[in-house]
Amino acid sequence: MAPQRTMSEEELRERVRALLDEAHPDEVDQFTFRGAQFDHGLAWVHFPEGLGGLGLSPKMQAVVNDELRKHAKRVYEDLMVNPIGIGMGAPTLLAYGPEELKKPLLRRIFTGEDIWCQLFSEPGAGSDVAGLATRAVRDGDDWIVNGQKVWTTLAHVAKWGMLLARTNPDVPKHEGLSYFLLDMKSPGVEVRPLYQITGEAEFNEVFLNDVRIPHRYMLGKEGEGWKVAITTLMNERTALGGGSSRKGGGPIAVLVQLWQERGRDSLSPARRAVLRDHITQLYIESELLRLTALRARAAQKSGHPGPEGSVGKLAQAELYKRIWECGLDVLGAEGLVYEAGYERRRPTGFGRGDALSLAKYQFLRSRANSIEGGTSEVMRNILGERVLGLPQEPRVDKGVPWKDVPRSG
Amino acid sequence: MDFAFTEEHEELRQTVRRFLENKSPEAAVRRWMETERGYDEDVWLEMAGQMGLQGLIVPEAQGGAGLGPVELAIVMEEMGRVLFCAPYLSSAVLAARALLEAASEEAKAELLPRIASGEIVATLAFTEKQALWDPELVRTEAVRRGDSWSIDGVKDYVLDGHVAHVLLVVARTDDGLGLFRVEGEAEGLRRTLLPTLDLTRKLARCQFSKTPAVRIDRDGDLAKALERTVAHTLVALSAEQVGGAQRCLEMSTDYAKTRIQFGRPIGSFQAIKHKCADMLVEVEFARSAAYHAAFRAAEGDENELLTASAMAKSYCSEAYFRAAAETIQIHGGMGFTWEHPAHLYFKRAKSSALLFGDPVFHREKLADRLGI
Ligand SMILES: Cc1cc2nc3c(=O)[nH]c(=O)nc-3n(C[C@H](O)[C@H](O)[C@H](O)COP(=O)(O)OP(=O)(O)OC[C@H]3O[C@@H](n4cnc5c(N)ncnc54)[C@H](O)[C@@H]3O)c2cc1C
Repeated sequence: MAPQRTMSEEELRERVRALLDEAHPDEVDQFTFRGAQFDHGLAWVHFPEGLGGLGLSPKMQAVVNDELRKHAKRVYEDLMVNPIGIGMGAPTLLAYGPEELKKPLLRRIFTGEDIWCQLFSEPGAGSDVAGLATRAVRDGDDWIVNGQKVWTTLAHVAKWGMLLARTNPDVPKHEGLSYFLLDMKSPGVEVRPLYQITGEAEFNEVFLNDVRIPHRYMLGKEGEGWKVAITTLMNERTALGGGSSRKGGGPIAVLVQLWQERGRDSLSPARRAVLRDHITQLYIESELLRLTALRARAAQKSGHPGPEGSVGKLAQAELYKRIWECGLDVLGAEGLVYEAGYERRRPTGFGRGDALSLAKYQFLRSRANSIEGGTSEVMRNILGERVLGLPQEPRVDKGVPWKDVPRSG
Repeated sequence: MDFAFTEEHEELRQTVRRFLENKSPEAAVRRWMETERGYDEDVWLEMAGQMGLQGLIVPEAQGGAGLGPVELAIVMEEMGRVLFCAPYLSSAVLAARALLEAASEEAKAELLPRIASGEIVATLAFTEKQALWDPELVRTEAVRRGDSWSIDGVKDYVLDGHVAHVLLVVARTDDGLGLFRVEGEAEGLRRTLLPTLDLTRKLARCQFSKTPAVRIDRDGDLAKALERTVAHTLVALSAEQVGGAQRCLEMSTDYAKTRIQFGRPIGSFQAIKHKCADMLVEVEFARSAAYHAAFRAAEGDENELLTASAMAKSYCSEAYFRAAAETIQIHGGMGFTWEHPAHLYFKRAKSSALLFGDPVFHREKLADRLGI
């Protein structure tokens, strides 16, 4: 990462105001506004100049977001349209992408013109990502890829996929992987919806049949795919573990609103007391999730997340499930009804609804929080081993060539 | 800004840690907790003379260091790590803060320098039978006799009340609540050491009958001033809880790395590893809560102070208790023995959770403030 620049908060605010003079989110569309934001270096201030940033400390981004919220009625929230591109694609591309691709791709990630997806998981390799079986074989200047990916969020609208594939089956699992950028419109890529607990299909199965990827779309070197994947996974955890950036915001705001509007005054005193205490507890934990992310950011100088990001990922997943469970408890009998129905849908982003329907939807959706991006069990292993230094479990696949390791499915 | 610790802060932490590691090893804690007094006079004076810790929040004009809640939190966290036995919370935190918030200039000038030098131990006698820190519940009465006052009533759960040289007593008068100074050796004062769950923190019952007292409150809303006093004390106590919880986490992971069963270190079993990981998450959250509260308290916004301190006390209490409880479990039979320090942390965790109102009490207050 380039040496850090310093800039006063006031100077940075000045830059945001200059951006707003040129393009204002209340007046132009998302793509125009976010394009301008990128060009002003205000997309990710800790990225290098020319690549959407200013080479500042990552915590200065809060100043930018704060200033934008202050002056614009409409804010194009970072993660709504392109969560995977922004949360994981951009930092991985920055760290390992070919120079000539960085600028154009980063800009289109940030504006949301290019949606990204992550092609890691397979039917036989979920938590054990490094055990995956999708094969990539070199053919001149191309790689030919065959295999199947699964649970691929937004693959049906994605332009680019971060693909992890096996380029050498004869070495232990972590050593035989390579990392590619896959143009999802390439011949041989077939995306089929996978309907989930909510009835909608956010994620997909992706079949790869003799798909050709030019060698220049490899990130990192051949056989170094795991190292690149770690960058993606670390950033995924940070993206999934920061809580809301606003005090009292995010899921807890919805729960409190529901409580005030529907629960509080219609319950028996005993029930009211119990639920109220529970909600207050959840409020405190939501605040602490946000503050812990702030604290981690204050401690972190570069833009690289450490294993501490796993604290937030684990805590957020478990907390959000409890918040939405409580939402249904607040609703009581009303929770028996699911007005939205289970219409089979293909969402293109992550929308919002009113508090009531959001609470019911999230009661179902939040079950994924402790599975997606690494299960809570795996997060606890990571915290135990990498942060606390506890001994690893015995690994039956250690040092064994991938092809000789037992696998399911 | 939140969490902006400086190099001076880091130095303070290191100095205090070295002092405590030196003076307050586990053996000393065990020795002190078995005595009625509950602490070591020499170490107490050394701490004041050498380090000036008793005067940490006392203004420089009154012989203190003139520092604030953030520095106090650092010191308390270190004390919590080693279960330091001393009337620090009662004298240097609670009483000093009560004087700062509620007392006349004259009383401050008289008492704060003596607290700062370690010469006297002071405490606040507030709670009664119900142990709730609520001015409404104060029944102790102060009656005026000519130029002086006398006090009647019973104060309970008074921190270090059995050894304090000076008691700051909250009592009712004809014109509302008042704050009074009573000498520890005053006539008509009977003090009884209570047999406590947590031997490392002493509590006493103080019975007043026509006990001579001096009124020391200044103009202004005393109930509010006491509310701020308690809030500041909660911030400090939360930091102490973080120190204790962190120590429990360290003991547990250290043990899990070395204790071998079934041919492997127990820390390689997920049942144990996952307990440690959950403890880590809770300790990190507790740290965020306590530090956030300390920085808010330092900014001096009363609203923020009350909210952040209630959050911190509630969360840190529960996190510490769970950490201490899991520490016993992770240590197996050894964790259940008197010889192992786990029970000392376990008892301190519960006692500090109950002190100044339990987590549910503070969440109720917080819910009122937030409109939940
Ligand atoms: C909504 C959603 C969106 C997703 N989006 C994507 C995406 O866009 N791209 C992508 O690549 N993947 C995606 N995933 C996949 C996700 O990363 C995997 O589901 C996850 O890593 C778990 O893998 P698995 O489902 O195969 O479960 P398994 O790994 O089979 O786990 C089953 C159970 O075993 C436990 N377990 C497994 N290993 C261990 C261990 N070592 N120790 C203890 N317990 C263990 C797990 O915790 C779990 O409880 C998504 C998943 C969901 C739910």
